Amino acid sequence: MSSTTPLLDVSGLTKHFPIKGGFPIRRTVGAVQAVDGLDFQVAEGESLGLVGESGCGKSTTGRLITRLLEPTGGRIAYRGEDITHAGRKQLAPIRSEIQMIFQDPYASLNPRQTVGKIISGPMEINDIHPAGGREARVRELLEIVGLNPEHYNRFPHEFSGGQRQRIGVARALALEPKLIVADEPVSALDVSIQAQVVNLLQKVQRDLGIAFVFIAHDLAVVRHFSQRVAVMYLGRIVEIADRDDLYGNPRHPYTRALLSAVPEATVQDEGVQGRERIRLVGDVPSPINPPSGCRFRTRCWKATEKCATEAPPLVQVEGNKPGHLTACHYPETTDVPATVPAPRLAKDPEAAA
Amino acid sequence: MTSTDQQPFLSVRDLKVHFSTEDGIVKAVDGLSFDLLKGKTLGIVGESGSGKSVTNLAILGLHDRDRTAIEGEILLDDKELLTASEKQLERLRGNKMSMIFQDALASLSPYHTIGKQISETYRKHTGASKSQSRARAIEMLRRVGIPQPEVRVDDYPHQFSGGMRQRAMIAMALVCDPELLIADEPTTALDVTVQAQIMDLLKDLQQEFGTSIVFITHDLGVIADIADDVLVMYGGRCVERGTKREVLRSPQHPYTLGLLSSMPNLEHPVDVPLNPIPGSPPSLLNPPTGCRFHPRCTFAEKVEGGLCSKEQPPLEVTNGRGSACHLTADQRAEFFTDLAGSAAN
Repeated sequence: MSSTTPLLDVSGLTKHFPIKGGFPIRRTVGAVQAVDGLDFQVAEGESLGLVGESGCGKSTTGRLITRLLEPTGGRIAYRGEDITHAGRKQLAPIRSEIQMIFQDPYASLNPRQTVGKIISGPMEINDIHPAGGREARVRELLEIVGLNPEHYNRFPHEFSGGQRQRIGVARALALEPKLIVADEPVSALDVSIQAQVVNLLQKVQRDLGIAFVFIAHDLAVVRHFSQRVAVMYLGRIVEIADRDDLYGNPRHPYTRALLSAVPEATVQDEGVQGRERIRLVGDVPSPINPPSGCRFRTRCWKATEKCATEAPPLVQVEGNKPGHLTACHYPETTDVPATVPAPRLAKDPEAAA
Repeated sequence: MTSTDQQPFLSVRDLKVHFSTEDGIVKAVDGLSFDLLKGKTLGIVGESGSGKSVTNLAILGLHDRDRTAIEGEILLDDKELLTASEKQLERLRGNKMSMIFQDALASLSPYHTIGKQISETYRKHTGASKSQSRARAIEMLRRVGIPQPEVRVDDYPHQFSGGMRQRAMIAMALVCDPELLIADEPTTALDVTVQAQIMDLLKDLQQEFGTSIVFITHDLGVIADIADDVLVMYGGRCVERGTKREVLRSPQHPYTLGLLSSMPNLEHPVDVPLNPIPGSPPSLLNPPTGCRFHPRCTFAEKVEGGLCSKEQPPLEVTNGRGSACHLTADQRAEFFTDLAGSAAN
């Protein structure tokens, strides 16, 4: 990280959703610990990928950054300005610089508004009058995202899923944002369309120098899109690193297991050793009552007493490059791939050799 | 591998499924043929609206009979399914053939315990007693890796996690030892680590019971993991088929090639943009003339005389391998090399 102020600086970010229960007086009886102490930075023009399985808190993180949710604790600073608990007034100018792209292109566009109205909406709200008028600006935006400017007066239902997602991108670009939070922007699209949208986002990011927080569960897409990647598990970041370090030298057992579980469309020759296969047993525990210490320990094949009592800090463990942080007491090493055969780990005998 | 001396267990011949809707006739499946041998897995790949799920509803006889026109032949173990009565089909479903769906929560009844739902199928088809079928349900839950099955058998679906529900559904589908299992995107709603568990489970169970599986998915990575043979569907038709190795290593149809090269994998060079297929899937109400892929095909203009937009290319299959494309083998060799190089490394 450079020494200048990062665009977005998040430290200790926490969000607990209260669970109400009891009769006749409803009390808070517990909390879903959706996000629990996140630290990360996003530099200007950089793309940070957030990956993890469902329920790991990645979408909540996105909504906290855009302040659609109120954090329970921690600090969010945008260009050095603390916006953790900022009110509507204080947020107004910042809101136009942080935009969001949503997963479902069917649910995130108002079916009763024309494309022109949808895309100019943000300009109306912020009372922006671009030179040449809003309509000209909308047409320009449609052009940028690869849609026909003549479609200005059409309604969302006249477009396919991929085209709708392009409309969502155009809307996010309308205010010339500095940061875009994209929450699973391609996962609702058909395979052949996903690549179109990924390419579009990449072009937008490069040409306009917009920083991205790219939330996705697809590791291959995240690798393609993000310069830095953070892996989340049950509300915490377990590993964060530059793309090449994370995918080339994963140190956290969870990162490793996640990478090995990605199905690849390749056929191995017989006798050729395939990729490492780590099969985790069981499911992600409930965030209402997460395991003590390291949250991954219930599915980890290396877990010991220490993991149950002491939460590992997110630090640069031995052998990591600067900026590569891992939260594990027993980080993996490249030369010995997951050797510990424990009952928790089901491994393919072929790949173990 | 496909061998000719073995009788196919499931055989679909020139299947056509047309729905009549307010807007016109939707040709969801338009002339599909395939064979599946015993104990093998056929992977059907396609995007939404390619007709892959409709094919399987037709096999199971689960389509709406009033609105659907079906032509062709579906032979299961030499028994014609399309002309079979609802009674006969009922005897087959859950017994000889069964199905796993994508959304386990929607496919399980929220009002009945998991154990009841599993044992119900078993009782219906075998006439076993309540206690026998309960024991069978517990045994099946154990088989699919549910911890403490004697306790969990009395749980309701909402008490199970997503992966466990999918396991319970697999247990339900396999309770009568079916010879044919149709799995329609069974892992799409799951996380990758759980997906890997379920795939391993299906492979183990297949080895144990010798089940034939039709595996429907949009994910070529999943296909590479589980299938023996692959059938690629586009716009209600089969555009390419062959063994997994043939289709993934040396695709013959531009659509298959497009799918392979548009997907980023973990080795894709990051500075190279992805290679998407332009346009979007066709409407089946009003499909393109000729080859249904031609409006999106990069090679359509290279075929002489605009043949692609005029004439539907025939699917010529020899030894289970074939594709429906007007490109000649020489043209393919010339055009495909650079793209295939980046896709199939």
